[in-house]
Amino acid sequence: MEISGKAHKFGRDIDTDIIIPAPYLTTFDPDELAAHCMEPLAPDFNERVEAGDIIVADENFGCGSSREHAPVAIKGTGISAVVAKSFARIFFRNAINTGLPILESPEAVDAINAGDQVKIDTTAGVITNVTTGKVFKVAPFPEFLAGVVEAGGLIEYTKRKVAG
Amino acid sequence: MGMTITEKIIAAHAGRDSVSPGDLVSVKVDLALANDITAPGSILEFNKVGVDSVFDRDKVVIVPDHFTPNRDIKSAEQAKMVREFAYEHELTNYFEIGRMGVEHALLPELGLVLPGDLAIGADSHTCTYGGLGAFSTGMGSTDLAAAWATGETWLKVPTNLKFNIEGKLGPWVSGKDIILYIIGKIGVDGALYKSMEFTGGTFRGLSMDSRFSVCNMAIEAGGKNGIIAADAETRAYVAERSSRPYTVYESDEDAEYEEVFEFSASDIELQIAFPHLPSNTRGLSEAGDVVIDQVVIGSCTNGRLEDLRTAAEILKGRQVDSRTRLIVIPATQAIYKQAMNEGLFEVFIDAGAAVSTPTCGPCLGGHMGVLAAGERALATTNRNFVGRMGHKDSEVYLAGPAVAAATAVVGKIAGPDSL
Ligand code: SF4
Repeated sequence: MEISGKAHKFGRDIDTDIIIPAPYLTTFDPDELAAHCMEPLAPDFNERVEAGDIIVADENFGCGSSREHAPVAIKGTGISAVVAKSFARIFFRNAINTGLPILESPEAVDAINAGDQVKIDTTAGVITNVTTGKVFKVAPFPEFLAGVVEAGGLIEYTKRKVAG
Repeated sequence: MGMTITEKIIAAHAGRDSVSPGDLVSVKVDLALANDITAPGSILEFNKVGVDSVFDRDKVVIVPDHFTPNRDIKSAEQAKMVREFAYEHELTNYFEIGRMGVEHALLPELGLVLPGDLAIGADSHTCTYGGLGAFSTGMGSTDLAAAWATGETWLKVPTNLKFNIEGKLGPWVSGKDIILYIIGKIGVDGALYKSMEFTGGTFRGLSMDSRFSVCNMAIEAGGKNGIIAADAETRAYVAERSSRPYTVYESDEDAEYEEVFEFSASDIELQIAFPHLPSNTRGLSEAGDVVIDQVVIGSCTNGRLEDLRTAAEILKGRQVDSRTRLIVIPATQAIYKQAMNEGLFEVFIDAGAAVSTPTCGPCLGGHMGVLAAGERALATTNRNFVGRMGHKDSEVYLAGPAVAAATAVVGKIAGPDSL
């Protein structure tokens, strides 16, 4: 998959209460959730994002609760991928399960500034900072996870499995 | 090569003789939990899989504890959706208001998780059951939906960290202080993707309630699970609650740990995590003068009987400061009833506290004690992220029940010794 957009930068330990505060967890509707995405840090985040944009964050992105509303909210804003130095474990699973591309690359995070134009080839695992011309390689997913992603998420994967 | 308890439990549930860190395995689950805010997502996804029924109606557990008794119309609708699913699939372990408790206090109390089990939940604090010597970990709604359909999930076998603590804890120091101390040392991603095994004489002498508090907050260090090997204390706890057979695993002598941390119990002071991260800890002696508007004693971390008894011991014959609110939330109905029978409610109410029916409530800024801008709470809960308990400009300080009770009396962060 080819992704291209402007970078929105965040620091470390961006927790799920920032990504989508708990009081809004009474829906799974992406648009409703998107309206409150990152609200405690950036109340206008949803308005600032243009379809295709990318979140670039430091370590431990998505720490905290298991709420799957977090990747759903991010996708709802139009964000097309998250690049971080590392991801919290449950967020990592939830992103894969809900089809939000996530990439781990400390080097890319350090070399991308807010507003830079970024291009990502998720299949080849290549991140390009179009603004500076720098290119970064990302390790591919392990085979099993790649299978889940390729099936279109865990439910499709499970469907195939139960259908035998 | 020897294995850790975590590796042994995963191997047993993967149908393998052994597993090593990094292996991706498919495992059978003994229990698959969701709550009123995560189950709706699981139900939506489950309905897409194309199976008629859940894999085992005894092992799919739903506890509506977060926004219940219903906070507003939207949460009422979510609770209704969950309830109808539970009826349709004739779930044995769906718990209605009045029988419901905070999930991670309720499940061990009812004997639904036992040593050696592998439990997953669409709630990050599912790691609590490690206190029983079980492997348990949190996941998202879709993961749970797949497990409800197949009875299986995938796991990456984690690397292991060992936390060995020896010695006797000081007065009033409990499981909460141990885990806050550890998180303060290693940081909120200090155990990212890893298993946290707690060993040593200090844990052997620890109550089950305190063991649950320790394992509950493994996730606050980024951990996949926290685990304490079952012992006589565990067996006694389980014997009162379940007749289901179970397996007690122990880590082998030559099991491999990425890192071993050695701490001394006598170094662990009463702890407070300052805003806005659980790792931002200080010993009580370094807390300084912090005025507190609201104290909450409750949650899956510290809403158990031991916590309420500790709080009552400190509050007995004393008054909550006139400018401070104290909200006490027993974590389950059984704890509620026992606390009532022991006269703890009389102590709380005489002190000027509010006592609530079991709910997560204020822990996640849901209801029953949401904070206004500029307000400060000290809570026995587990997260103090920005806006966790209400307005983004409010603050949450985390501590154990002794500091919470003393703070309510003084109106500033305080320990029992200052009373
Ligand atoms: S008490 Fe708090 S941390 Fe525990 S399950 Fe409820 S909301 Fe989550």
